[in-house]
Amino acid sequence: MSLVLDLLSITTIGAGAFFFFAGTMGLLRFPDALTRLHALTKADNLGLGLVVLGLLPHMASLLVALKLVAIWALVQLAGATVAQLIGRAVRRKGPAA
Amino acid sequence: MSVLLALDVGLAALVLALAIWTIFAREVFAAVVGYVAYGLLLSIVWVRLFAVDVALTEAAIGSGVTGVLLVGAAGRMREAGNAAATEQPREPQRFWAAVLPPLGILIGIHIFWAGADEPGGAFQGGAILATMWMITMMARLTEVPPVSSVWLRLALVVSPAVFLAIGVAGVAVAIGFFAYPTGFAKPLILFIEAFMTLSIAVTLPTLVAGPPRRVPRR
Repeated sequence: MSLVLDLLSITTIGAGAFFFFAGTMGLLRFPDALTRLHALTKADNLGLGLVVLGLLPHMASLLVALKLVAIWALVQLAGATVAQLIGRAVRRKGPAA
Repeated sequence: MSVLLALDVGLAALVLALAIWTIFAREVFAAVVGYVAYGLLLSIVWVRLFAVDVALTEAAIGSGVTGVLLVGAAGRMREAGNAAATEQPREPQRFWAAVLPPLGILIGIHIFWAGADEPGGAFQGGAILATMWMITMMARLTEVPPVSSVWLRLALVVSPAVFLAIGVAGVAVAIGFFAYPTGFAKPLILFIEAFMTLSIAVTLPTLVAGPPRRVPRR
């Protein structure tokens, strides 16, 4: 059972790390602010979500696990807010050089 | 070389590189962004040194509040030529400022309270409370209090006053200045820390709000 859980954790955390990697590549390589924003939000949402999912079975108690989920939810909200603000700023002022 | 050691060396190299980059960055705004990222990396360094208290403070004050101050300063420098463009807060900002504070206040008080026997304390908790007030002020959901406000001044001075009063009381009831009577150390420290949290939560937002812009009505 613990082997199955470990394998599950390795898979999901590995996938999460991949999304962070892909998001960072997008941030560095994409041509303009909006596409970079798009890449970054994927890293936040999916990457962190998968990492949290992989960590959940290893938490000492339900409370700690809930805290992890709460952190993910807060990062989601913060990421969505910042993405909206940056997106609007780009639309208003035109893409920055 | 173990994996953790490699990570630590990499982290240290990254912090140094970012620090150098921040110094040599040509544009003010880029330097500020570099400085904020540097603060966050530095807080990870503190975690690796098992100084979680310092890490919390670095993330909240060194990176967070100082970052806001510097972004504001960079913005003012950029707008120095133009007519002062007072930006209206946008809808997502107001949404965020309405959603986050209830949670943030809870977390801030929890971190202050947990400070008694876990990482946390007045400074860390106070900084989180301060941030909650700052984002509601930035979204214009609350007005910046006038500097003439009595409660604002009271909140600012109450913590040093309480701290000193308890210190002086130590001369009378315990063995000397800042000595606590046996058995009362923890409640007294918590009492002082509670007022410290309040003063810090008021000091930081007033710092960020900057000097008063309007003459108070008489």
